[in-house]
Amino acid sequence: MVAQNIFFGVIAAIVVVSALRMVTTRNIVHAALYLVAVLAGLGALYILLTAEFVATTQVLVYIGAVMVLFLFGIMLTKAPLGGVMEMTGAQWPIAAVVSLLIGGVTVYSLMARFGSDRLTSDGPIFRTADVSDEVFSTYIVPFEAVSVLLLAALIGAIVLARKD
Amino acid sequence: MLLNQFLILGAVLFAIGVYGVLARRNGVMVLMSIELMLNAVNINLVAFGVQHGVVSGQVFAVFVIAVAAAEVGVGLAIVLLLYRNRRSINVEDFDLMRG
Amino acid sequence: MWMLENAFIIPLIPAISFVVILLFGKRFIGPDRVHVVGITALGLVWVLSALAAFQWTQRVEHPPPDAVVQMASHADDHADDHADDHADDHADDHADDHVVVSENNSGDAHGGGHSSPLIRPVISTFSQWWSNGGIEFSVGTLVDGLTVLLLIVVASISLLVHIYSTEYVKDDRRYVHYYAFLSLFTAAMLFFVMAQNIVQLIVGWELVGVCSFVLIGHWWEEKPNTDAALKAFLTNRVGDIGLLVGIIVLWGTFQTFDIDAINTLIAADPGAHHLALLVAACCLMAAVASKSGQFPLHTWLPDAMAGPTPVSALIHAATMVVAGVYMIARLYPVFYEGLSVGTSSINLMAFIGGFTALIGAALAFAQWDIKKVLAYSTVSQLGYMVMALGVGAWTAAIFHLFTHAFFKACLFLGAGSVSHAAHHTFDMRKMGGLKKDMPHTYRTFVISSLALAGIFPFAGFWSKDEILLGSLVGQKNSYPLMLIFGCVVAVMTAAYMTRVIWYTFHGEFRGEGHPHESPKMMTTPLWILAGMAVIAGVFNLPGPVLEPFGLEGLAHRIQTYVEPSVYLSGLGLSHPDPSLTMALVGLALAVSGIVVTYLYYWRRVGLHGMTERNRYAKNGYTFLENKYYLDHLYNDVIVETVKRPIANWANRVNQNVLDRVVDRAGETARDTGRWIYKWIDQGAIDGSVNAAARGADSSGEGLRAIQSGKIQNYGQLLFGSAAVLAIVFVIVV
Repeated sequence: MVAQNIFFGVIAAIVVVSALRMVTTRNIVHAALYLVAVLAGLGALYILLTAEFVATTQVLVYIGAVMVLFLFGIMLTKAPLGGVMEMTGAQWPIAAVVSLLIGGVTVYSLMARFGSDRLTSDGPIFRTADVSDEVFSTYIVPFEAVSVLLLAALIGAIVLARKD
Repeated sequence: MLLNQFLILGAVLFAIGVYGVLARRNGVMVLMSIELMLNAVNINLVAFGVQHGVVSGQVFAVFVIAVAAAEVGVGLAIVLLLYRNRRSINVEDFDLMRG
Repeated sequence: MWMLENAFIIPLIPAISFVVILLFGKRFIGPDRVHVVGITALGLVWVLSALAAFQWTQRVEHPPPDAVVQMASHADDHADDHADDHADDHADDHADDHVVVSENNSGDAHGGGHSSPLIRPVISTFSQWWSNGGIEFSVGTLVDGLTVLLLIVVASISLLVHIYSTEYVKDDRRYVHYYAFLSLFTAAMLFFVMAQNIVQLIVGWELVGVCSFVLIGHWWEEKPNTDAALKAFLTNRVGDIGLLVGIIVLWGTFQTFDIDAINTLIAADPGAHHLALLVAACCLMAAVASKSGQFPLHTWLPDAMAGPTPVSALIHAATMVVAGVYMIARLYPVFYEGLSVGTSSINLMAFIGGFTALIGAALAFAQWDIKKVLAYSTVSQLGYMVMALGVGAWTAAIFHLFTHAFFKACLFLGAGSVSHAAHHTFDMRKMGGLKKDMPHTYRTFVISSLALAGIFPFAGFWSKDEILLGSLVGQKNSYPLMLIFGCVVAVMTAAYMTRVIWYTFHGEFRGEGHPHESPKMMTTPLWILAGMAVIAGVFNLPGPVLEPFGLEGLAHRIQTYVEPSVYLSGLGLSHPDPSLTMALVGLALAVSGIVVTYLYYWRRVGLHGMTERNRYAKNGYTFLENKYYLDHLYNDVIVETVKRPIANWANRVNQNVLDRVVDRAGETARDTGRWIYKWIDQGAIDGSVNAAARGADSSGEGLRAIQSGKIQNYGQLLFGSAAVLAIVFVIVV
């Protein structure tokens, strides 16, 4: 258990610091790389939570596909590679206050509600087969809906982005 | 491990994501921050799934990832379109809805 | 009793007619024949309503055992046993109490010595409409004397208006639309009066409101008409908030929407829940004020005259505007106990009603538009009814509602007939001398005016007399202030109606073209209504009047049939003995009003033939028709010599009215009316409404800053308010 806690502490620190750097850095490509760090850290945390399929998907979809999309987006919009454009708007203090309020109230109520609840360590471990069983039985309709949604998004993205 | 470790990490990431959405001027950055918020939610889903010993948490996390992918696709397409039409992806430039 | 249990058929017929006219009117029936559908439906409704009324009288005369409230236990009644079991459950606990009260009450009742049995209303519940979180909304009908009375009134007036409209709106481009909404209105109003619970009451209330909106704006191509429709709609919204809140309060107090249950509960235990009832009654009073044109929400009613005249007769004189009065009567225990008529010296409701009656009558003097005179007269008469309810004269108010519906509808239709003849104008300055051209309209108009003024033996005399008597005697104490209000209004009513008749039918014709009598389709309804204006009073004649003819059995028919309800007896209402003195005083007041006005107008005709025309010249005609400039000089001479002292005084008040001072009384009343119109009605009330609008405007201007159009500002507001709400939630929970 101690080892898990140490790993959690290290990964969580990396994730939080990367996230903070991501929203504060002046270089958008750096921000994208920090996001990769955050997503990878979260993937590691999923492993820690015995969610192997989610962790794999996280790496495949986010780090593999979504990040590439982001990098293409950055490239196509000719975002300056250096810190030429001021990345943070003038209203960042308001945004900081709002996010502090949201984070504060959420953390407070989590502490109040879940206090020292322990994660069940002897619970069942769900492997990919279990997840797929669940997806293709109980959640078959939402699954189909999501696939239609992906298709719609695909078509929509093409329609929006193509030059005509 | 405490359940709260994961939940609070999720809350902190979510707050950071909110800050990013509200403070960043670059449209792509805003989209990235939204990804951060969605990931924060995913941690909660998986953590609660483990806590309750059910697989639904993971299933929903996968669904969220799928929806996030769709959202990024459309979002980036919109940003590209904006850039093509307005030569800018600074979200502060877009105030056509001004009252 | 079949009709009473299946009363839902009655509103269903015009509802079907509405659908048929709207869907098939243009294509299949033909735009010029849709009135056949409407009139057929209304004829059917009338027959069924009459049947229902007859069956109700049978129920009162020969009550089935389950209909009468027994001494021993509360009767478990109705054909549908499951219908209102919770009502009975509640009532059982207190059954003994209120039956004792009612027994006492029936002893000292009225002069005729007729003791009313207490008849339960016929309640049918058809289905559970909606049930949510333990709250049940049912749909059903509640039929009692009050309902059948309203059924008869609505069906009769609506039928006559349908017939009248065939001529009046002939060749209108939205003829189909017009008849469809007349049908819908009738259906909504009938549905409203037989509502079994207060949720249904709201549904009917809003439906009649929206029909009123649509029909006021019937000729929406002209801006003033749309404005008037919007004004009516928005003013009614104000009251609707009160209605909603009041109903929620009632539900919170009694945990039921059932009208019967609520009334029974209050009547069984008066004095309980006083605070809740006070709040509910005040909120509902706002609704009544908006719908029934009570001060200070009456301003929409005169504007509503922009609609077609038959609509004004049906909706804004006879039926819809009495919805508020009906609601007070229906939920009378709520108002009676909430505003505690018996213990306070001035009851809010009586005061609002009396004040409304007074200012309405005063305003009627200042109007040149014949329909607006009638509109303010309606405001005034509705105030009379509310005042009567306020002082506890329930039956008198309902009786007045009944008679007023007929003669006011007749007056409106008469005004419509006049305008139909006189080039579609309602301006009395462009009328005059129509007596010889329009004998039928003239006669019916005079009859109805006499009824409105309260001249023996017309209908208005009897009902007005009962109201005055009610305020003289009161329930637990007398209401001298209301009596004074009532008497003053009686004089003013007689006076302004005489003025209208003078300007419209006497003197010389001042309009253009050749006026002609309206066709038969219009005069027939006029004569029927005029006939009702004559005889409607017989339905509630006091006993002593009938004794010489040996017809005492027919006395107080409305009181006998409409009133016998457990709730009212539970409140311990009694009836004052008929008083010959009061009747004579009321008659004398009305006659004096007529005589004073008569002298004011007619006597001057004899003395100064030319001045008559000058007066108009002085009053705005100089701006319009230069041919009167010739007489201007003439007039100045007469004014200077005959009426100098008064004229000087009046000159300071208002330059426009300097020479109209033959009769100080008439003049003062008119000035008062004009003053109230200008400063209170238009200035204070309209002004405050406008100020509210400006306030909304400027605050909108301020809020505009937030609408920066920048997505991130919206995001900040969204997340910020979510955070604040979450914090509040955390702190509270």
